[in-house]
Amino acid sequence: MNESPSNPATQRGVAVRVRGLCKRLQGTPVLQDIDLDVAPGEIFVIMGPSGSGKSVLLRHLSGLMEPDAGEVLVGGQPVRAPELMPDYRLAMVFQSGALLNSLTVGENVGLFLREHRLKPPAEIARIVAEKLAVVGLKGQEHKLPAELSGGMKKRAAIARALVIDPQLILYDEPTSELDPVSASVIAEEIVRLQRRIGVTSIVVSHDRDLVFGIADRLAVISGGRILAVGTPARIRAHPNAELQAFLNVDFQFPSLKQTV
Amino acid sequence: MFESIGEMALLFFRTLGSLPQVWRQRHKVCEQFFEIGNASLLMVCILSFFIGGVICLLTGPVLVERGLASSIGGLVGISMCKELAPVMMSILIAGRIGSAMAAEIGSMQVYQEIDALRTMNINPIHYLVLPRLVAIAVALPLLVVFAILIGWGGGSLVAALNHQISISFQSFFANLRDFVTVGNVANGLLKSFVFALVIAVVSCHQGLKTIGGPRGIGRSVTKAVVNCIVMIVILDYFLTRLTL
Ligand SMILES: Nc1ncnc2c1ncn2[C@@H]1O[C@H](COP(=O)(O)OP(=O)(O)OP(=O)(O)O)[C@@H](O)[C@H]1O
Ligand SMILES: [Mg+2]
Repeated sequence: MNESPSNPATQRGVAVRVRGLCKRLQGTPVLQDIDLDVAPGEIFVIMGPSGSGKSVLLRHLSGLMEPDAGEVLVGGQPVRAPELMPDYRLAMVFQSGALLNSLTVGENVGLFLREHRLKPPAEIARIVAEKLAVVGLKGQEHKLPAELSGGMKKRAAIARALVIDPQLILYDEPTSELDPVSASVIAEEIVRLQRRIGVTSIVVSHDRDLVFGIADRLAVISGGRILAVGTPARIRAHPNAELQAFLNVDFQFPSLKQTV
Repeated sequence: MFESIGEMALLFFRTLGSLPQVWRQRHKVCEQFFEIGNASLLMVCILSFFIGGVICLLTGPVLVERGLASSIGGLVGISMCKELAPVMMSILIAGRIGSAMAAEIGSMQVYQEIDALRTMNINPIHYLVLPRLVAIAVALPLLVVFAILIGWGGGSLVAALNHQISISFQSFFANLRDFVTVGNVANGLLKSFVFALVIAVVSCHQGLKTIGGPRGIGRSVTKAVVNCIVMIVILDYFLTRLTL
């Protein structure tokens, strides 16, 4: 590792280590020989084109999927299905949000605390209101997920993850449906959570501003393989052509504009 | 198929193992319980009224012809409480509640809500399966009690009003009391309790293993209901054989 993460007040984060991870889904290889090391308390970003296996990789890191070959170690222990690891706190922001549709936004955000009886109801209500305010959903407790926009669902899902005080937090494209202002608020919150409790954060994102703004280190994945791992500066300077194309694409269409 | 039966047995025993959690989940149990009641009480009443009526209508004239008019009450009474109420109500509930369980859990599976629960260290068996199993195991026998009483009522009404039968309420129920024992009713309730477990386990199992999008959910619902009905009818035979 080139940069040690800034020293947070408390260090809750766990180290994540992936060795030789391979996974086939319905016959096609989705992940091939993935090796990753994420230090405790680091903000580690995974970038890559759509369909390159980022969400599948996160599912392995969270223990929701089992690898065909290789291993995933979290805090030195092999990862298992999350409901079998009662002492380990994980938070995951799914790409789709994955809010429970039958519960209100407030119940969703407070679910973890309520189900595990960690706080009295009044305290939970206060925390829920506070976290919703953080993601810009103040006073939306009583709405159902079906009444929210895509970006609002994503923000509610982030609030739900913030409540957990996790040791490892996985964000699957946290800003993909957000406007630049909301995205910067979320980026700030990702960093703040890491500073506050020293959580290990793994962020999947395409959003170049977000990625280079928050990453301690980042990995670029393509076609189920790691292309490059390193600090943002190293990745920017990386010689791989595919990677450079991915980083430097811009939405100017001179050829199209000329014809109009 | 044997794999599914194994998985279902496993799910059942895991759920039994989580029974100590039931007090924690009591709000969800109540919620499910009232949902089952709300959704099916009226239908249970209508269905059992007509089932009692049709049994009486079919057998009454034949029995009267052979001078056995006095046993109509007993026949309706026994058939209703030992067989028709538990089986027909269980099939109704499989269609009404089993389908809802499979659909709800199936959609939660497809839309990753169950994965979200799991990452929050919330066991889907405690959170989803247990409350449903407990609620239906209590609710179905209660509904069957209603069904038995209303079925008897339907039978007695037909016996009194049909001019080929015309047996008064008093003699219908006097006869019914001679035949039907508490044991018969308990037998019917025991059956319905077993069927309730079958409905919950089969439907939740189908829901949990749903894959694919909305079409997968539809497939799970259909499978859940069909499998429930098949298992209820087969088990009914063996339970009857056992308790004869
Ligand atoms: N459940 C599944 N069954 C079969 N194939 C799958 C499944 N989930 C994902 N895949 C395949 O795995 C590959 C990687 O999918 P994944 O969802 O990880 O992509 P991604 O990198 O997250 O893309 P995006 O940026 O669009 O979210 C895809 O080719 C997809 O078709
Ligand atoms: Mg993805």
